[in-house]
Amino acid sequence: MDILSLLNDLLFDYTLRTVALGSAVLGIVSGALGSYAVLRKQSLLGDAMSHAALPGIAIAFLLTGSKISLVLILGAAIAGWIATLIIMSIVRTTRIKYDTALGMILSVFFGFGLVLLTIIQKRPDATQAGLDKFLFGQAAALLERDVITMAILGSVAIATMLVFWKQFKLLSFDPDFGATLGFPMRFLDVVLTTLIVIAIVTGLQTVGVVLMSAMIVAPASAARQWTDRLGPMIFLSAAFGALAGVSGALLSSSISRLPTGPTIVLCVSAIVVLSIFLAPARGLVWSWFRDRRNRGRLRLEGMLEDLYSLALQHKDPGHAHPVSVLRLMSADKGGVDNSLRKLEEQGLVRRVKSEDWALTKEGIEHARQIIKLGVGEGQ
Amino acid sequence: MSGEQIEIQIIASLVAVTCAIPGVFLVLRRMAMMSDAISHAILLGIVLAFFAIHDISSPLLIIGAALSGVLTVSIVELLNKTKLVKEDAAIGLVFPVLFSIGVILIARYAWSIHLDVHAVLLGELAFAPFDRLTVGGFDLGPKSLYVMGTILLINLIFILLFYKELKISTFDAGLAAALGFSPGLIHYGLMGLVSVTAVGAFDAVGSILVVALMVTPPAAAYLLTDKLSYMIILSAVIGVVSAISGFWLAILLDANIAGSMATMAGLVFLIVFLFAPDRGIVAIARRRSRQRWEFAGKMLAIHLLNHEGTPDEKRESQVEHLEENLCWKEGFANKVIKYAESKGILIHDRGMLRLTGYGREYAMKSVTDEST
Repeated sequence: MDILSLLNDLLFDYTLRTVALGSAVLGIVSGALGSYAVLRKQSLLGDAMSHAALPGIAIAFLLTGSKISLVLILGAAIAGWIATLIIMSIVRTTRIKYDTALGMILSVFFGFGLVLLTIIQKRPDATQAGLDKFLFGQAAALLERDVITMAILGSVAIATMLVFWKQFKLLSFDPDFGATLGFPMRFLDVVLTTLIVIAIVTGLQTVGVVLMSAMIVAPASAARQWTDRLGPMIFLSAAFGALAGVSGALLSSSISRLPTGPTIVLCVSAIVVLSIFLAPARGLVWSWFRDRRNRGRLRLEGMLEDLYSLALQHKDPGHAHPVSVLRLMSADKGGVDNSLRKLEEQGLVRRVKSEDWALTKEGIEHARQIIKLGVGEGQ
Repeated sequence: MSGEQIEIQIIASLVAVTCAIPGVFLVLRRMAMMSDAISHAILLGIVLAFFAIHDISSPLLIIGAALSGVLTVSIVELLNKTKLVKEDAAIGLVFPVLFSIGVILIARYAWSIHLDVHAVLLGELAFAPFDRLTVGGFDLGPKSLYVMGTILLINLIFILLFYKELKISTFDAGLAAALGFSPGLIHYGLMGLVSVTAVGAFDAVGSILVVALMVTPPAAAYLLTDKLSYMIILSAVIGVVSAISGFWLAILLDANIAGSMATMAGLVFLIVFLFAPDRGIVAIARRRSRQRWEFAGKMLAIHLLNHEGTPDEKRESQVEHLEENLCWKEGFANKVIKYAESKGILIHDRGMLRLTGYGREYAMKSVTDEST
């Protein structure tokens, strides 16, 4: 695969350009708004909304007979929105928990959607081809018209998000505080939920109802690893979403029989895995190194303390002690010889006889410092 | 009813009962969405097992798929342990990946064989009676009847053997741990059960409708009873009702059977949600309004009792005065008086109110009840 020719195709090949653009728009919108869903512990709401959108699409088609994406998207949005309202009211009025309400509405709406789809299928005047793509997504079937619709809806959603930036921030992190400041939190909640619904339904055509939830959760989860600030997180999340969208679209176009939706999901999941391992500060690799370093440091300090407390029982703080005693004191921890060698390198201990070790002058000073600090921390 | 229709209904009912049993525990343990994750992830297990043994009808496929379900649960827990993502996000991250890998593998390497994503996701119960088990030339009935029957048996045995352990660990995890039940063992046992059930059921109803049958009947039963054993039985009954009515809805509309079953399950839940005797919306609303009248009646009785025999009794007992004194609107005051009269608390005599003997007692009792 030649990068230059790929770039050439990206710019001048109609299908590829449309698909890549559409996937990028999808990634940006779902990445940005997904951040709020993830921060508010509503990651699975996206899953429920996208499945619940299916009957909306079918009803929109049954009522209007049109396959224009704006009409279908509108139907999807209304159904997704109703589903969310039902979930909220079940949780509020009964003892049924959030997860049960989600799973129930998700599957029942989806089942109802299937019933409608099979009815549409059997109508003599219509083929279901245009609707079927909403199930698994069919990025290759995206038209320029669809991408423009997606871009307009997405821009409106993101613009609204920017307008309500401060309010949404409050809503995500401290809604009670927001309410005391006099912001209409219930209303803002509805607005934000509506924006997330828009983000989901614009992506349905590309990746399908089953995988759309990943586009909400994954970019935001990845971005969360790199930063603790909302602004950078949303920006990164949108960037990750776009990156995954475009690279997934390119991959699936250059390798045969590689469906676009799943490929995009795998790309974005790869970004998540990389972030979880490599992100500075939070990443697993760095925290592993940090733990290792800390463990080593603590072991050396413990050794100095042991030597010092032993020496205190003699008049001379530089009194030498055999290794076997030190081994006994740091029972089960091991690495005594190794630690002593490292301390010797730092000039903190010295070997008196072959098996006996004593603190040097610097070592005594150091040990006192550690003990003093340790006591200070303990207080 | 043709023989096939009867067979389909039997299979559907079996699937519903089999799903309802582990579903009850998922709902109670707040892990309903795990069924969603597992039912998607088993696609990968089925595909991998198929690559390994090249036989679409082998029972080993079920084991492979069940293993992938348990794998999903372990990956979700591994992710949780890093504390880098929240639990719901972990579920939302894991199953799309496994599902995507499954879809891609099918698209690239298995597109020629009968293993298509539609069937996995949507199921086609209508074809179940055509796949028959024959031994030595004898037709023993549809194969899925035996598959689901076996899984139901496994579920029943597990639940009966570990009923006490499941019950305690579900309602009081701390006590269960203190008593020495391994929470991990019960958790993974249950997850294994969910996986096996999902694999068996997806063949008939498709993976997303497995979720409908696992979550919806138990959710409805949860609003009807407070006893675990009743909840399990009720869930199974609701499942069967949804399955059979769903089948007939599908016949009526000429639509997907599994989808109709999910729709009926949702409808049954809606009815329970509205009309459950204690926890339904209607019952709650009626209780609230009854309490409102009761409270107002009590207030009126206490008010009259307070002023009985005092110089301003005459003024305080006037109907017009109530609105001002108790801050009641005119219509409301009249309604409360009617309510109190019907209960025999007071007598309404030309704009004047008088407590009856019973009313006096009632007011006294309300006051003392209030103060204790």
